[in-house]
Amino acid sequence: MNHRRAVRRRVTDALLRGGIYASAAGVVVVLAAMLGYVFYRGLPQLTWSFLTGQRSELAGTVGIFPNLLTTLYLIVLTLLLAMPIGIGGAIYLNEYAPSCRLAAGISFAAETLAGIPSILYGLVGYLIFVPLVGRACVLAGGLTLSVMVLPLILRTTQEALKTVPVSYREGAAALGATKWHLLRTIVLPEALDGILGGGILAVGRILGESAALLLTAGTGYQLIPNLGKALRSSGGTLSVMLYVAVSERGEYQVGFAIAALLLLLGLFINAGVRGCRYLRKKRGERNAATSQRHHHS
Amino acid sequence: MARATKRRSRRGETFMAVLFLLCGLVVIGWVGVIALYLVVSGLPVLVSYGPLRFLFGQVWASTAPDPQLGIFPFLATSVVGTVCALLVGAPVGVLTAIYLSKLARPKLAGVVRPAVELLAGIPSVVYGLMGLLLLCPFLMRVFRWKSGATLLAAVVVLTVMILPTLISVSESALLAVPPEYEEASFALGATQVETIWKVSVPAARSGIVAGLVLGIGRAIGEAMAVLMVAGNVPNLPWFSRPVTFLTTAIAKEMGYATGVQRQALFSIGLVLFGFVVLLNGVLHWVLRGGKHS
Repeated sequence: MNHRRAVRRRVTDALLRGGIYASAAGVVVVLAAMLGYVFYRGLPQLTWSFLTGQRSELAGTVGIFPNLLTTLYLIVLTLLLAMPIGIGGAIYLNEYAPSCRLAAGISFAAETLAGIPSILYGLVGYLIFVPLVGRACVLAGGLTLSVMVLPLILRTTQEALKTVPVSYREGAAALGATKWHLLRTIVLPEALDGILGGGILAVGRILGESAALLLTAGTGYQLIPNLGKALRSSGGTLSVMLYVAVSERGEYQVGFAIAALLLLLGLFINAGVRGCRYLRKKRGERNAATSQRHHHS
Repeated sequence: MARATKRRSRRGETFMAVLFLLCGLVVIGWVGVIALYLVVSGLPVLVSYGPLRFLFGQVWASTAPDPQLGIFPFLATSVVGTVCALLVGAPVGVLTAIYLSKLARPKLAGVVRPAVELLAGIPSVVYGLMGLLLLCPFLMRVFRWKSGATLLAAVVVLTVMILPTLISVSESALLAVPPEYEEASFALGATQVETIWKVSVPAARSGIVAGLVLGIGRAIGEAMAVLMVAGNVPNLPWFSRPVTFLTTAIAKEMGYATGVQRQALFSIGLVLFGFVVLLNGVLHWVLRGGKHS
């Protein structure tokens, strides 16, 4: 009896352990397979002429330079619009927030925004920003994405602000510093790496976005040298062009080339986020050490 | 002189405080604007066509001269697809989270954790590309279907796509379990796996459930990857059939839709928004329930 129970225990133990290891291995294998296959098919296509050229049916060339520019414009535009509001909102939540109910309302609103699928952002951008700007263009796309990444920036900034030690604020307050002065000179510089990490995450989100842009920014692939005109014309980002190339034109080579480029950029972004996290951790240790020294003396 | 500086600085203080408050209010404002626009643009067809006929009508023929606007095939597909993805993804995700938080040696965790993060950062169109050119041909050959672009392909892609969410949320929930619980279990003679299964997982329950709800939200809202692999025919859901999800119905037809068809697509958006609000409510309820118990 006792023996049988011991056996059963050992069998369940082994089964669960096996399941746990198999799942973790499965995740790594899926990632490795995807990276491997996309790089295998895409990297050879990723030539200099492809990166700097332009698609032309007449000349029979393929290239993604205009789309690279569109992606860059969209990233800059979105961050310019979203960073100030997101950071400001986070500062209000973490540093001011006098009435608890309002702060809870803002947090809840940010959570709700974070849960809205990108296709709905596309729909709302199509309803609000496209008529506002006059057409589906990079500007309308940037406005749409700025709402979409707002909760991401707000949350990461808030987390970064939370890591600034209370003793810093108390010390500054005791010296008679006003709140904004304290924020500007101590809290924000301390939280900079965290805020930067949030910005990099937002860049990753913008790079990968397609559903929200298809209807708001369009699928244009012409090179437009004039910046003002480029912002007001239809432009497809890398992700959008991947979709168009594969689903509408059946150009799988172009699709894999863009996919390889997107994954490479994704690796860079991941490294950037890790770098910011590492800086923050270092700073946390340094702060802990400083405050300990102060306690001892 | 000193008093003037002080007054100016106090005015600056108030100005900045109001500015930050406004930033916070913008966030609330956007939620209101989005909800308002979706309701105002989505309600007309929902009302004029009849909510029940719209939600449970079996035929979608939006471009016919006498348009039929039943979205039940989309609704059913979205629900079935999400549930199936969760049925496969949840065990794998939770087990991987257990591995990362309790069993992994630091060096191996240093491989698996970045893998999860990278998986989360892969654009949905890349998932779609892989699904279309690798998974669909594979399914076609294995099952001898006419086309691999089916519900099954969409479910597989969705499963992989929700894994990072499930894993990272569950992992942080498991890491937050007080070590004393587990130590007590070890002291009573339980094995490591028994301790994880009977102590750690139940203690992290609300966090794990929150991860599942977030995963559902991600799956039900995914558009582009599914658009590329699901075949996009308004069929009732079955694994071997090409199907259309709520999201892909919008993405596929919005580009050229006009008139009633366009308005019907807004109504689908409203239905999708309803799901999102519902999930958000469930999430709040789960997290609060966890805190009180």
